[in-house]
Formats: sequence, C-alpha cells, structure tokens
Amino acid sequence: MEQLIYLIPLFPLISFLIISLSGSRLPKSITTYLAPGSIFVSFVVALLIFAAQISHPQAVTVPLFTWFKVGEFHADFSFLVDALSILFTLVITGVGFLIHVYSTGYMHDEKDYNRYFSYLNLFVFFMLLLVLGDNFLLMFIGWEGVGLCSYLLIGFWFRNSNYASAAKKAFVMNRIGDFGFLLGTILIFGVFGSINYHEVFAQVGNVVVDGKLITWITILLFIGAVGKSAQIPLFTWLPDAMAGPTPVSALIHAATMVTAGIYLVARCSALFSLSTYTMHVIAIIGIATAFLSATIALFQNDIKKVLAYSTVSQLGLIFCALGCGAFSAGVFHVVTHAFFKALLFLGAGSVIHGMSGDQDIRNMGGLRKKMPITFYTFLIATIAISGIPPFAGFFSKDQMLAEIFAVNKIMFVLALLVSLMTVFYMFRLLFLTFYGETRANDIVKNHIHESPKSMTIPLSILAVLSVIGGFIGFPHALGHELHIHHWLDGFLANAVKPNNVEMHLNTELLLMAITLVLIAVVIILARNIFISKKSIPQSDEAAMPLLKEVIYYKYYIDEIYEAIIVKPLNKIAGFLRDYIERSGIDAVVNGIGNSVVNWSQLLRLTQTGGLGFYVGAMVISMIVLLLFLILKL
Amino acid sequence: MLALLIIILPLVFLLFNLFLSEKQVKNNTLVGSLATLGLSVYTLYNYTLQPTSIDFVFITDWIGKLGATFFIKIDGINFVLILLTALLVPFIVYSTFEREIKNPKAYFSLILAMQSALFGVFLAKDALLFYVFWELALLPIYLICLIFGEEGRQRITFKFFIFTLFGSLFMLLAIIFLWLHNPERTFNIYDLYQYGSVLPAKQQVFIFIAFYLAFAIKIPIFPLHTWQADTYVNAPTQGTMLLSGIMLKMGTFALIVWLIPIVPIGWKLASKYVVILSVISVVYGSLLALSQHHFKRMLAYSSLGHVGLIAAGIFTFNLQGVQGALYQMLSHGINVVALFFICDMILHRMKTDNMNSLGGIRNVSKTFGAFFLIVTFASVALPITNSFVGEFLLLHGIFQYNTIAAVFACTTVVLSALYMLRAYQKIMHGDANDLTMTFSNITRHEKIVLGAMAVLILFFGIFPNVILQVSEEPIKQLIEHVRTVTALPSYAKF
Repeated sequence: MEQLIYLIPLFPLISFLIISLSGSRLPKSITTYLAPGSIFVSFVVALLIFAAQISHPQAVTVPLFTWFKVGEFHADFSFLVDALSILFTLVITGVGFLIHVYSTGYMHDEKDYNRYFSYLNLFVFFMLLLVLGDNFLLMFIGWEGVGLCSYLLIGFWFRNSNYASAAKKAFVMNRIGDFGFLLGTILIFGVFGSINYHEVFAQVGNVVVDGKLITWITILLFIGAVGKSAQIPLFTWLPDAMAGPTPVSALIHAATMVTAGIYLVARCSALFSLSTYTMHVIAIIGIATAFLSATIALFQNDIKKVLAYSTVSQLGLIFCALGCGAFSAGVFHVVTHAFFKALLFLGAGSVIHGMSGDQDIRNMGGLRKKMPITFYTFLIATIAISGIPPFAGFFSKDQMLAEIFAVNKIMFVLALLVSLMTVFYMFRLLFLTFYGETRANDIVKNHIHESPKSMTIPLSILAVLSVIGGFIGFPHALGHELHIHHWLDGFLANAVKPNNVEMHLNTELLLMAITLVLIAVVIILARNIFISKKSIPQSDEAAMPLLKEVIYYKYYIDEIYEAIIVKPLNKIAGFLRDYIERSGIDAVVNGIGNSVVNWSQLLRLTQTGGLGFYVGAMVISMIVLLLFLILKL
Repeated sequence: MLALLIIILPLVFLLFNLFLSEKQVKNNTLVGSLATLGLSVYTLYNYTLQPTSIDFVFITDWIGKLGATFFIKIDGINFVLILLTALLVPFIVYSTFEREIKNPKAYFSLILAMQSALFGVFLAKDALLFYVFWELALLPIYLICLIFGEEGRQRITFKFFIFTLFGSLFMLLAIIFLWLHNPERTFNIYDLYQYGSVLPAKQQVFIFIAFYLAFAIKIPIFPLHTWQADTYVNAPTQGTMLLSGIMLKMGTFALIVWLIPIVPIGWKLASKYVVILSVISVVYGSLLALSQHHFKRMLAYSSLGHVGLIAAGIFTFNLQGVQGALYQMLSHGINVVALFFICDMILHRMKTDNMNSLGGIRNVSKTFGAFFLIVTFASVALPITNSFVGEFLLLHGIFQYNTIAAVFACTTVVLSALYMLRAYQKIMHGDANDLTMTFSNITRHEKIVLGAMAVLILFFGIFPNVILQVSEEPIKQLIEHVRTVTALPSYAKF
C-alpha cells in the first residue's frame, strides 16, 4: 500500500498543470470539479495508506530517482511513509480538500478563478513534498515551494500594492529562515555524511558526535522553523499575510504551511532532544511569541488579524511544548488546531462575505440570526480553541500544558496565561461579531445573508472534526479506565521521540480543574464586558492609555524593524553605490586610465623629431649609465 | 573531427552571410546556430557514450618552432560550456526577430564569429591556442558593442576593451614564462600541469596573480568589475546576452582548467584572498543590485553577485564547489539571457527600464507576468529551478572550505530574493499607469523564447544529474592532481 505514496502529490500536480497550462481557456465549471477533486483523490489514497499504517506501523521508503549526486553527497527524490508523515498528509489533503470546496463558493465571482486554483493545487503539491520527502533537501523543495505559493496567494490581488508588498515581505522573511535551513542541511551532511533522515537519525544514538555541532545543527534548523512558523523575531509577516483571500489564510497561514516548522522539529526530535541548549531556546522563543501575540490579539479589531495573531500565539505554545520535549503533544495540537483554526478562518470568510467585504468587528454584531450556520460552527470552533471539554482543543492543549508543567512551572504559568488570553480574545471576537445589534450601515446590513452550501458544508464538517478530533489523544487521567488514552502518542512512537513524563493522576486532574475554572471566569468576564455592558472597541482616533496604545500598534515592531534593519540596509546599499562604486573604485580605475593618457601625452613631448634633442638625450643617458656602473663597481 | 567541426560550422554560416541579402541573413544565422546546436548535442551525446573516441580530439601542427599545436579536445568539463554556448546562441539570434537591426550582415556575422571563438576558447588544450581564441573572442563583442551600442558607447566600450586587454597581457606573460620553464617547450596543457606544479612557490604565486588578473577582469570579480555595469547597459541586448551569458564563463572556466591545476601551490597560498574577494563580490554585487533604479543595471550587479559565488566555489577547489560552479555557469547563462530578454521586451515597449516609472504590467499582460515570474524565481534559486542545484553545491563547497565565508556567501539567499522581488514588484505589481497601460501583449516569438527558457530552467532543475555525472570524473582528477601537489587531503570532510 505504501508504495502508492507517490500518487498523493501526483494528483494535485496534474491538476495544477492542466489548469495553469490551459489558462483562462479552461471553463470555470471544470476547474470547480478538477481542483478539489484531485485533492480528494489524494485524500482517499492517504486514508488507505493510513489504514495500512494503523494495522502495520512501519517506516517505508519509496525511492523514485536521484535528484543530484556529487561525490558522496546525494539528494534523492524518495518518499518516506511513517506515522508522522501520513498524519500530516491526512491533515493536508483532508483540510485542504474542504478548503478547496469552500473556495469554489468564496471565489465564485473572481475573474482569475483558474489562476487561484492552480496556485492552491500547487501549494498542496509542495506541502505534500515537504512532509513526504525522506531527506532534508527534498523537504527543502517543499519548504521553499510552499513559500512560493504563499507569495503568489498573498499577492493574489497584486493590483493592490500593499498586498503585493505583504507577499514580498512574507517571502523574504521566510528566506531568512531558509538561510538557516540550508546551512543546517550542509552541516548535517558534514557531521553525518548523509542528509537522509534514516541515515542521520540512525547514527544519533551510536556515533559519538560533538554536542556543540548538534547544537549548531539544531539551532540552524530552528531558524528555518522560526521563519516558516512565524515565531519571534520573524513573525511579523504572518499578520500581513492576511492580505490574501481568506481560504488561503485558512489553508496556508493556519492549518498547514505555518506548521511546517513544527513538523521539522518533530521529524528531527531525535536530534533536537540531544541539545538541551536548543530545547531551552525553542521553549523560550515559543512561550515569548505565544505571550506577545496573545496580548496583541486582545485589542485587534480586524477579524482576520485577531485570528492571525491567535495563530502565531498557538504556534508559539506548540513550540514551547516541543522545547519541553512534548513532541507528540505538539503534533497533536497541530492536528486539532488545523481543524478549529481552519474553521475559524473559513467562518471569518463567511462573515466577511456576508458583510460585503468589511473585516472590522466594530461594524459587525448581531450576525447570529442572519448567519446561523456560520454562527454555530464559529461557536464550536471558539469553544474548541478555548480548551473546553470534550472539544478537540481541550485534549491537545491539556496534554501540552501538563507536559510543560512537568518540566518548568514558570513556563506553565505563562502558558496558562496565554490560554486564558486566548479564551478572552476569542469570546470577545464571538460576542462582538454575532451578538448584540448590527452596527453596519443600512446597505451592508440589508445585504447580510448566509453563505452558499459550498461554503457552509465544509464549515459543518470542520465543526464536527473540531468536536471529536481530540479523541485521538485521550488523556491518561480521564481515559485510563477505558484503555483508550494517548492513542496518538503510541501511533507516533516510531517516528517521534516519545516523552516519558510520569505525572501523578491527581496532579493532572487538579491542573485540569484549575484551568477549567479559570476559563469559565474569563468567559463570564468577556460576556460581562461585551454583552451585558455592550462596550464596543473605540475608534482608532480616540486616545488610549499608553500601554494599550503600544499593544494596539503591535509594539511598533514593524516600525522598529524598518528603522534598524530595512532603512540601514538601503542606506548601506546607497552608500556603496554612490561613494564606494562611483567615487571610489571606478574613480580610481578611471584615474589610472587618465594618468596613463596624461603620461603618454608628456612622453609624446619627447618625440620632438629634432636630431639634436635625441643626441643630447643619448649622451646624457649614457653618462648616467656609466655613473651607475662605476658607482656599483 | 567532431570537435573541430563545432568550431568550423558557425564560420561556414558566417561565410554564407556574406553572400546573402540583408533580409536572409537573419534566417541563415538562425539556421546556422540551430545546426550548431544540433551538431553539439549529437557530439556531446556521443561523448557520453564513448568519451575516449578520437572523434573528440583534434591535434595538428601549428607553430612548430615554438612547439605550439592546434590541439582541441572535448572533455567532461568543457562539455558543459559547449552545451551552454550551443544552447544560448540560437536564443540570442532569435531574440532579434521583430527588432530593427541597423546593419544585419555585420551584426549576425559578428555573433557567429563570436560563437566560433568561444568554442575555441573552451576546447583549446594548447596554451597559445587558448590565448589566441581568448583574444579572438574579444574582437567581435567589442565591435558589436562599439557599432551597435547606445549613446556614449565609444568611451564605455573603450574602457571595457582596455580593461580586458590589460588583463590578458598578464596572461600572455604568464604563458610565456611557463613555456620557458617547460623542458619540453610546448604549450600543451598537460605538460603545463606537470611542470607548472613543480615550480617554486614564489613563481607559482606570480603566475597565479598574472592569470588571476586576466580571468578576474573577465568574470568580473570585485574590485575589477567597474567595466561591467556600464558595458552591459550600453551594449545592444544581444551583446549583453553574449557577455553575461557566455563570455564571462570564459573566466570562470579558465579558473578551473587553466589556473588552479597549473599552479596548485600558488592557489594554495592565494586561495584565502581570492575566496574573500569573491565573497565580497557576492555581497557587494547584491547590495548594489538592491540600490539600483534601472532594471538592466540591476541585472548587471546581480550578475556580479552570482558569478562571485561561482568564483568562490571554484577557489575552494573541492568537488562540490567545482561541480556546483560548473553547473551554475550553465544555469546562470540560461537565466541571465532570459532576464536580459525580458529587460529588452520592457525597454522595447516602454522605452525605459526605470523601475520607478513602471508598474502594474501584470494586469496588462498575464502571460508575460507568468514567464517573468518563473525566471525571477529561477534567479532567486528556488528549488527545482536550475540555479538551486548550483547554488546549493557552491555553498556546500564553500562551507567545507570555511564556515564564515559560507555564512557570508549564503546571504545571497536573502539578498537575491530581496532585490529580485523588489524589481518584480516595481515593474509588474500595483496599478498600471498611463505608460504601462500601453504594454502590448507578448508576441508569438517572445512566447517561444520564454517558453523554451522556462522548460530549460525546469529541466535542469529537476534532472541535474544528466550533466553532473559527466563532469564529475574529470573534475575529480583535477582535484586529485591539485591535492597531491599541495599535500592537502583529497576530500576534506570538514
């Protein structure tokens, strides 16, 4: 069964080629079936292989051909099927399919309909390469390929220069991370003599490798992850990436691409866990990102921006867990997060659709009655992300928090604060959007309608997944009687380094109880503010307290980067151009040229043509020559 | 004989040109370049089947008294450059279709002469022959730039000419010196490998410097690059394509074949400095590209950065570095010709390449936008495009040599994305203005050129092994030779 793995990326690729090569000649109606259909077929194949993996968990390598080989170094096109890659494949094709279907509704009136779907198919292809490759360089093809698609889709409406700039920013910031990834890959080859996962990880336990080099490798790889998964300091591209169509935000910037960094760390868990230094760095960067972006999300008024910062924050939380050694818990949260965050984005898309394109939650309100399906699914996703049982987010977040708790108590407190902030800003968003009176103007108000079936059906399916998706990782404390706990951990055990935390049953239950009580308090608080008191976030012109202003303007991080990196870089480039190149090197070169000309002009004066001058010169030079000889003797 | 035929065939079509009417010259040249491509591909394909066949060697007396022979030979290294030259010239010729050329007879004849000389440079295995072809290749391009260039071309072309001539004089001195120290009194490259490498270290360093000047000016490497941008901007499009696509590879090719193996100890002593200069080229070229407003000039500086990386990889002289360099010569040639073609399309239509007055063209011509995008990302070295393989191997090679140098060289990953996407954005994105609104749609000719370029970009990105496996063995031998002489470990693992 595993031998069929190449089919999974093949279908989206074929669909991409058909759509992109036929351009606008292909009728919309064909694209509508072809693009989602290709992903669906891949999903079915993925399901079959998944089933095979459940009954016989094993790592299977499926080689296709050698990409390039120089001396000992070789990079192959070959796929690796194991629990980790097939799990990600399921999420990519499953959620990807739903988002494709949703897109057929959302992008219905778009004139570049075909171009949109060709990009989306290409994205899925590269994302599949990323997770299915069996070596670092094949992963890198996918890694950069999804970056390309992200660039194309963020800048899909490139007529708007701001959107195009956001796309450029995303690509360049990702490239900074890729810089680390590339160097890390080269270093891996230097240390292990191979870039193939199996050959590298097989040596990890046996060969005595310099710990410093492992730290370097893992730090470099982590730089790649930081870029792709939008962590400090390379996170500012993700909120800007919301310039793309909303389904793109759901697929690329919430459910799949941004989790590539987590995939990378989980895939290399054998390496990462060897370097305590790197693990600390990951945990600290993760929790700092989670905290920072959660605070920003508290005050955002753009429905997509809230979700974007929420995504950054959730990814940070996952990285914190990874840094604490909770690899499979992190992967678990990636899966559940894919369900409910994709659902939230698609819900937001539905809302924006209904609001005639307005994204400001200050103008929304009262959509509950006019858009019931959107409302209920959004509600489910909000409950799921808040971590309320038995919804999906509860299980994964609980497992992460418990394992963070086992490693570091301060980190746990911060993580808990992050989850409480998450609850607050999510319910704030829910209340402001769907409750109370509609604050939009009459034209928009009268136009508000529920979205078409092509959009609401994917919403409903994702809602179901957001409810039940967590059962794959039932916690020990609740499930030990039923013998169904931690199915996912067991499934992943071959591919990802298991975390051996022993926790007392009562401690785990106590943590759960405390968390749940606090969540309840926060929800009541949010309800009080936004429903009972009906307070609406103030307009941008109104004065704010300093701290709030700083947070509202995202800590001015973009401005700081602009001032300390972008501007100086351009200044240096300009300086090199004006002073070093033009008045420096080129002036020297021209100076030499001119002086040669001048000297030859001077020499030309000696060519007088007069015989007397020549004879005189001859005599003088002979005397000088003689003098030299005499003196030397 | 096949090796000789490759040099002769363009000249045959050049002769036809002289007797044809002005209108037919264009087609004849295209047919000639295609025939040469066909012959080259046939030859190279046969070479891969049976590399030792005498078809690929041609040797005859030339200047007997000096021991100079007309000795040409195909090997796994010039294989790549032959392919590059044969592949690009048809595109370069075809790119003139739909353009007005003042004096087509001279123009196309010069292009064919140039091609023949370039083949000679790559094939020559006799130092004097190499030198003659080297200078012969300079003449046609000099005339192309001088006769067909833009306003103010005389001064700029003269600078270019003097610059390169200055460099090659040192090369001539070095060749004579080597000849004098060769007991066999020949210019045969294999003799030079043998006797050059046993010269005292000091002499090797001097020879190294003399050759370096000639090659580094041609490539060019910082700080000998100041002829480049002006010449590229001023030359007619085909001249720029010949210069950047093929001619500068004469320099990088010569570094591999004519410099390092002849004076390995000279290389060993100087490598630190020349690697540093090459890496400076990478960063400096990229930063200058970032500061340009004119697209063509930006491309010139980006080219400085790209070839700097190639040179750096060569000077590390390990397998990954040299293989990467050779592969990158091929990729860079394809990409840079595609880029200058795109630049020509813009210049032809808009009469300006000032990026500040362009914008929004992607709204007007989607197909052009798509092709431009592919070439842009090839230039940024996105995986599965041709230049990724080369760039990765180069960085890998430099990394083995020195980590810090590799880190600096690796900044090209970020900087190239920065300036290329900046350019793409300024030219293509945003709203179309009054000027760009008039951008007429891509023609069939242009589609053929760009489409074929895109195919090449992807083909060489996905199947690099087709080329790499041919060049691996001969490069290994050269490295082995150099490592033995310098007593460096053969395969530096780390």
